[in-house]
Amino acid sequence: MTEDLRPNPDALLSALKSEEARRNRGSLKVFLGMSPGVGKTYAMLEAARRELAAGRDVVIGYVETHGRKETDALTEGLPILPRKSLEHRGIQLAEMDLDAILERRPELVLVDELAHTNAAGSRHPKRWQDVKELLDAGINVFTTVNVQHLDSRADTVRQITGAEIRETVPDSLLDSAELELVDLPPAELLERLQQGKVYVPDRAAAAAANFFRESNLTALRELALRLVADHVGEKTTEYHRTQSTAGPWKTGHRLLVAVSPSPFSEPLIRWTRRIADSLKCSWVAVHVENSKLPNEAVQARLEKNLALARNLGADVIATADEDLVGGLLRTAHEQNVTLIIVGKPVASGFLEWFRAGRFLRRLVQASGNIDVQVVRAEKSEGVRAKSGWRLAIESGWKQYAVAAGVIAGVGLANVALNYFTGPRVPGLVFLLAVVILGLFLGRGPVFFAGAVSALAWNYFFLPPPYTFIISSAEDAVLFGTYFVVALVLGQLVARIRTQEQAERRREQRAVALYQLTRELAQAGTRDEVVWQLMGEVTRVFHAQAAVVLPMGDKLAAHPDSSLDLTDKELNVAVWAFHNRQAAGRFTDNLPGSDALHLPLTTERAVLGVLVVKLPDKTLNLAQRDLLETYARQAALVLDRVALRAAAEQSKLVAESERLSNALLNSISHELRTPLAAITSAAANLVDTRQGSAEIRNAMVGEIQEATARLNRLVGNLLDVTRLESGHVRAKLDWCDVGDLIHTTLRSLDRELEGRKVKLQVQEKLPLARLDFTLTQQALANLLLNIAVHTPPGTSVEIIASHRDSILQLSVADNGPGISAEILPKIFEKFFRAPSAPAGGSGLGLPIVKGFIEAQGGQVIAANRPAGGTVFTILVPQTEQPPRSEPSM
Amino acid sequence: MNNPPDKPQPQSTALVIDDEPQIRRLLRVTLESNGFRVFDAANGQEGIVQAAQCRPDVILLDLGLPDMDGVAVLKRLREWSQVPVLILTVRDREDDKIAALDAGADDYVTKPFSTGELLARLRVARRHAQTPSDLAVFRSGRLEVDLSSRLVKVEGREVKLTATEYSLLRLFVHHAGKVLTHKQILREVWGPNQVEQTQYLRVYVAHLRDKLEENPAQPELIITEPAVGYRLIEKG
Repeated sequence: MTEDLRPNPDALLSALKSEEARRNRGSLKVFLGMSPGVGKTYAMLEAARRELAAGRDVVIGYVETHGRKETDALTEGLPILPRKSLEHRGIQLAEMDLDAILERRPELVLVDELAHTNAAGSRHPKRWQDVKELLDAGINVFTTVNVQHLDSRADTVRQITGAEIRETVPDSLLDSAELELVDLPPAELLERLQQGKVYVPDRAAAAAANFFRESNLTALRELALRLVADHVGEKTTEYHRTQSTAGPWKTGHRLLVAVSPSPFSEPLIRWTRRIADSLKCSWVAVHVENSKLPNEAVQARLEKNLALARNLGADVIATADEDLVGGLLRTAHEQNVTLIIVGKPVASGFLEWFRAGRFLRRLVQASGNIDVQVVRAEKSEGVRAKSGWRLAIESGWKQYAVAAGVIAGVGLANVALNYFTGPRVPGLVFLLAVVILGLFLGRGPVFFAGAVSALAWNYFFLPPPYTFIISSAEDAVLFGTYFVVALVLGQLVARIRTQEQAERRREQRAVALYQLTRELAQAGTRDEVVWQLMGEVTRVFHAQAAVVLPMGDKLAAHPDSSLDLTDKELNVAVWAFHNRQAAGRFTDNLPGSDALHLPLTTERAVLGVLVVKLPDKTLNLAQRDLLETYARQAALVLDRVALRAAAEQSKLVAESERLSNALLNSISHELRTPLAAITSAAANLVDTRQGSAEIRNAMVGEIQEATARLNRLVGNLLDVTRLESGHVRAKLDWCDVGDLIHTTLRSLDRELEGRKVKLQVQEKLPLARLDFTLTQQALANLLLNIAVHTPPGTSVEIIASHRDSILQLSVADNGPGISAEILPKIFEKFFRAPSAPAGGSGLGLPIVKGFIEAQGGQVIAANRPAGGTVFTILVPQTEQPPRSEPSM
Repeated sequence: MNNPPDKPQPQSTALVIDDEPQIRRLLRVTLESNGFRVFDAANGQEGIVQAAQCRPDVILLDLGLPDMDGVAVLKRLREWSQVPVLILTVRDREDDKIAALDAGADDYVTKPFSTGELLARLRVARRHAQTPSDLAVFRSGRLEVDLSSRLVKVEGREVKLTATEYSLLRLFVHHAGKVLTHKQILREVWGPNQVEQTQYLRVYVAHLRDKLEENPAQPELIITEPAVGYRLIEKG
């Protein structure tokens, strides 16, 4: 069994990962005390002074000395950041200035009283969240906390001392922290208390007297000591894990705790955390939502329970299923859970007892290889569990009114019916009414209708009438049966309707998701993704939304956003972006914001923030789940778009590399050839032996031709550069096309020497809207192309016409033509036909294309049926040529 | 200065403002062998000072100067001097070229240029500067224009021109051999509010060519300077 002693690779990997994350994060040192007055702040300040002496950059972010002289003295020499003043309902409150610390970026900051609740209007409701942000920003923090304030210990402390603990800190925060216990024997603490050395607020004096009892303090001390001991134990385990010494850790456990809005869930969650701690394993908190709409109070309790689980380090999962057992088990399998923890039901009535028993039986039977642990649920003080019956009344008073009205109406009809049929038929009619009501109303109103109609039937119709007495045994059986049938029918109908509703909602959600996924899959650009996301969010949630994306070097709302972001909201979005956490409304981060800010994150990066301003006051789990899924999907697609852009960029780089190679090859050849001609001609001129006038003239001619060629090449290069850099802007003006052709021909006298040029210009060709220079150069390049690529003596034809609002300018030759396979490539830069004679740079035709396209036109190359090539320039003419006679 | 002070005066002087030493050397050789006394300056500032000190008969100004824009140099010169200025330019600075012509430059040559072209331009520019065209009859090839009697003849036969055509032709004759920019022509003939209406110009130049040229499709009198304007050719 030696194999089992090797560290599990997964566990090792996760340990390494957390090690790496820790390196970038600031480290946290917590001075833990059993109660107020043990000297945590004092110990923290002493430690800080040692750090300061060691040359570290230490500042006081927030320290409360309560005016004690010894403590005050310790703060001297330590720089103190000023507190931020907030006004809340007319009261000035001074809070720690989080932004100032983040800006100042000290190495170490002191933050007293970790469990403190911030004043309304602060970024986070709790100070521990401020500390978390400081750590995330890479700033080391010293802080103080009492054991009673730890989430997992708060219950125990309350049991010991009877004091209500309102401010708690998640245990998960301490997981990666260094703990330093500040210990003081209870007797000494009590002595200090008597000397007035312990700060106790006046209004809490009575409670404090109860709290500071030796028995309490001893218990708290034990709690604190045990916490620190556990913590040290955990550190050792982690050390073992990374150091490959086979250690006594257990792997592969994963716990699941079922969370409901019930106050019983709270201790259950704490309990699970403790087991998870002792098993050193991860845990998930699962809430199975069904189609029953909880009221706000229930919803709030549920959120509170889930938040507690999250704070205690659980992965919180909300899933939707009508069947609690099914939902739990499905999630358990998905999450590779080994142990499910549920509370032992506290049943107050037979029905509840029956239901709870059935739930447990089914869970145990269906759980297969997953263990199920049932824990004694212990109610938190002061909160009464509300029974399931209350849910029924939530169907709304309107429905009850409808039920009552219908029963009353049917009752009246029955009075008439009774006259003809006797008392039994009205019973059936009542039953019919109840069944029909069941199709439209909730369970509560249907029960109500069933009960009222049964009583009405009995009172008004069953003999003896106008009493609740039933005289015959037959009627009694009928009445009893009626009652049960009505109730069961109501229940059944209601259940069908509930399921139907749930089905519909699930379908809606699936459809919404499918739609979004489909729309997003088609989106090719960032703008399209934003547009689709915006459309879906608006459609499904009837909400205003915005997408904040990095634009340039800062974050800004995409212009397609339907929600205008204030500076405040934008700051929240920026926070969510940098911290990769949901922020704003319905969250713990900056809850004062009006909108919910969900970061668009993938494994690789954070790509933006989805900001949603919902019209409703609450956000149920299904909605939140859907929104988060939207955000995730959008992030994936945005990531894909970004990756594709990057891929295209690299393709572009490769292409430009190819081009620059071609450029170098072409240029070195094209530049050197005329240079060589000039050099050797010049040398010949110097050589006096070849001094005949004829030869001299020939040499000068060579030099002139070489310079002309160089000049053309440089001109082409300049044109290509201008085209590439996008500097070519056509300046359209009215041009005389005949004049343009002639001017071009005149500039190419030498190059076209010996070639017959035929002009075919349409009679009375109107003025055309062109850029004269660009078109002239394009035309010149086409003619030069012919000059280079066709044998001398080839005739050239230039045809100009203006038809159907298109100016057509063709240059044709009767040369050898262009082979079909290279025809599509001739407009590519540096493309040269394999058989091309020297003298071209492969730039002429791309320039033609660029110059003509800059004017909104196009160039087409084709072979003529009779042999030779024809290049056709087409430039659309949208404007009518102006009147020739100006008004003078 | 390297010019002996006792040289006879009638010799023309030219100032070359160009930052390229090789161009300055070549222009000096070319101009001196054609009877000019040559001064040169390597930048705009120096050029302005030289122009004031030496009072040249003609200035050759490169547009691409290291210290200041060639057009700016021209404007400074034009503040106090009407000396003919010939612009030296390269192909990719066409807008500058037009700006310089509109700002009062007399003509331009595009680098690389031939000596013959350069000297011809210089001649025209100097002639216009010396004799404000008060000649009564202008002749070029088959064209004859009698400015005093507003008579236009082609190969001896009278040609009827409209008023606009005639004022356009008269403008060309006054600046025969010189380039005229579109803007200059439009301002002179159609007035300062019409300087963007190039289509008028296109149409009337075509009319003039129809009436004056032997082959209007291949004009030899009024030729097009691409993107700049037109030039009336002087022929013997």
